[in-house]
Amino acid sequence: MSGHESTYKPASGFTRWLDDRLPIVRLAHDSFVDFPTPKNLNYWYTFGGILAVCLAIQIITGVVLAMHYTPTVDEGFASVERIMRDVPYGWLLRYVHANGASFFFLAVYIHMFRGLYYGSYKAPREVLWLLGCIIFFLMIATAFLGYMLPWGQMSYHGANVITGLIGALPIIGEPIQTWLMGGPSIGNATLQRFFSLHYLLPFMIAGVVILHIWALHVPGNNNPTGVEVKEVKKDTVPFHPYYTVKDGFAIVVFLIVFAIFVFYMPTVLGHADNYIEANPLVTPAHIVPEWYLLPFYAILRAITFDIGPIDAKLLGVIAMFASIAVLFMVPWLDTSKVKSMRYRPVAKQFFFGFVACSLLLGWCGAVNPDDPVIPLGEDKLLVSYTDANGFVATAEFDAYEEAVAEVESLPADSGASISVQKAPAFRFVHLAQILTVYYFAYFLVILPLLGLREKPKNEPESIHKSVLGGHKSSDAALAPAE
Amino acid sequence: MSILRIIAAGATAAALAGSAFAAGGGAHPHGPAEGFPFESPLGKFEKDSVQRGYQVYKEVCASCHGMKLLSYRNLGEKGGPFYDPEYPNANDNPLVKALAAENEILDPVPNEFGEYDFRPARPSDPFRSPYANDAMAATANGGAIPPDLSVITKARHGGANYLYSLMTGYPSQEAISYETSPEGEFLTVIDPSLVRSSGIYAEGAGGHGDVGRLIQPLGQYYNPYMPGDTTAQYEGDPRHPPKGGFLAMPPQLTDGRVTYLDGTEATVSQMAYDVAQFLAWAGEPKQQNRKSLGLATIAYLVFFALLLWFSYKRIWRKVEH
Repeated sequence: MSGHESTYKPASGFTRWLDDRLPIVRLAHDSFVDFPTPKNLNYWYTFGGILAVCLAIQIITGVVLAMHYTPTVDEGFASVERIMRDVPYGWLLRYVHANGASFFFLAVYIHMFRGLYYGSYKAPREVLWLLGCIIFFLMIATAFLGYMLPWGQMSYHGANVITGLIGALPIIGEPIQTWLMGGPSIGNATLQRFFSLHYLLPFMIAGVVILHIWALHVPGNNNPTGVEVKEVKKDTVPFHPYYTVKDGFAIVVFLIVFAIFVFYMPTVLGHADNYIEANPLVTPAHIVPEWYLLPFYAILRAITFDIGPIDAKLLGVIAMFASIAVLFMVPWLDTSKVKSMRYRPVAKQFFFGFVACSLLLGWCGAVNPDDPVIPLGEDKLLVSYTDANGFVATAEFDAYEEAVAEVESLPADSGASISVQKAPAFRFVHLAQILTVYYFAYFLVILPLLGLREKPKNEPESIHKSVLGGHKSSDAALAPAE
Repeated sequence: MSILRIIAAGATAAALAGSAFAAGGGAHPHGPAEGFPFESPLGKFEKDSVQRGYQVYKEVCASCHGMKLLSYRNLGEKGGPFYDPEYPNANDNPLVKALAAENEILDPVPNEFGEYDFRPARPSDPFRSPYANDAMAATANGGAIPPDLSVITKARHGGANYLYSLMTGYPSQEAISYETSPEGEFLTVIDPSLVRSSGIYAEGAGGHGDVGRLIQPLGQYYNPYMPGDTTAQYEGDPRHPPKGGFLAMPPQLTDGRVTYLDGTEATVSQMAYDVAQFLAWAGEPKQQNRKSLGLATIAYLVFFALLLWFSYKRIWRKVEH
């Protein structure tokens, strides 16, 4: 915390000299060695450190990959494969970078859910949360730009879909789309600017991460009780060695899981179509983004209706951007005075519902929206023909043989044909619509109203008191009535 | 709360399983009965099989399919089918030199008069391309460009198993009949209920559809493993069209199509097995390095994690938390 007194004592003549001129060692010491950290942080709090490692891995592997990659439509695809084949350990660099993106998002989602659960966005940490949202938005942009670079089928057609969405915005849409693509369609100019921006954005992320850590170190960490630090001596421990060792352990466990993917299933998180070189003339059967963007893709596709003058496509784009924008408003939407959901029995239920909702949206994004979730009845066969009076008539059949018999019984000039009458079903698009409503309702209705109406449980007096006797019993005492 | 937790966990599992739904089209591919040796975490390529697979590629596939991301030297590099420890530099390997020289290519460098000559390939040359450009490839194949096979196992769902299924999965003669339509067109009709894979593994497996008639378009061939849609060509219940699709490549493998240099009997399934393994190697020649480095890396990380765990326990032993 910024309030705590510096305990740094320069040991040598040189560090004393430096400390008078640029107290950088003092800054590092106060931020990462003697920084008072609540003693009750659980493993969900280790993902901040894990994310820092993810960013470092992505930047280091990315810089080396950029030394070998050629951002042109003729050579992009082959140069990525050349990295895999001829660059020493190029296969490792590339698989670490590609899977690293997935793990970066996995970690950031856990980090965000943790923040939502423990109310880490509430005063005095609103700016900390806002900076985190900016990082998340930059991450999405970076991942989208990077996915273009292998110049595979999904790269090309995915970029086509997304730039097309921006073109759906009224008036400003088309100029922005043309400006993004560097021309009237996706081509070499697009690939080169995507490469340039893909190299730029991670350093912007790194910059915002520094601000994020600064904004964390002013109020200090939140903690699972949501009760602020009252007595530094009793409630906190110095960051080093207590949290360096705990975060370090979590980081290494995370890296083990990461290594299993990199070394034993490096392509399982990707899509086979992206190993086919981009071809504007052939569109893949299903265009899907990478898994970490599927929930937003599902929200985009859930809007299938027009509202007044705004058509479905534009509404979908608005909903998709709104689903990210709403995160920025969370500190002011949640009206509860209690931070941690440990002491908010009702809010906790809605929170786990929200987690389930996000995951199911991901599922909806991966499948064909017209596929049935629950079929309501069987598909029927429909025989349509022109009757004696020249009107179009139809007849429904269950069995194929009966439909054929009907066609054969009709005169030859009736133009009879058999088609499939799809049975009504609860489809993925319907599921996605319900989930989208819940997604927005959670932020815009549930959090604001619940904070005013819910009767929270008693919070502990202090962090120190909450950990006495172990957190098991404190949890048990707080077990909600179900 | 616990119920919602269970729902959340279930949703996670469902969302993860959901990615499998994104695939579709063809019948689920199945590999050879014993699987491929390189599939397991520590599995390796079977060198003899990859060598035979190269022979199948060279004698059968290469007349239409290029592999532009490979060079002849790759065959003799470490992990490659013709690697010889005596020649760490594959360009010096006489066997690789000989294999390369079997192919005549257009020299990319002009001669002293500024003209381009044909010459035997050298190990440093990329694999010979069967066609000079896409237009020529399309013209020679009824409009379909034969896909490049360099990374084909990574570019198809099911990888090597898919290739094996596709190569052995064409309908056998008992399922095919020929007739002439009332308009005088020559028709090839397939009875989907009689379609069985010709590979050894699938012989007992059932048919791929109900009784009905599948009219094969001219110049196209039905294969139950090819992703596609057969509805438009199917005379039968339109709610259950046979799985699979049509492709421009006729069945290629017939018993004894190649004569293996090592005397192995060249059955259809043997050739499919060998060529699928060769293409799996070609798609990722560094696969074995990846797996062995992975083992060392994970062993190191697990050891490191244990050290950190005990350090953590020791450092925090006096702190109530």
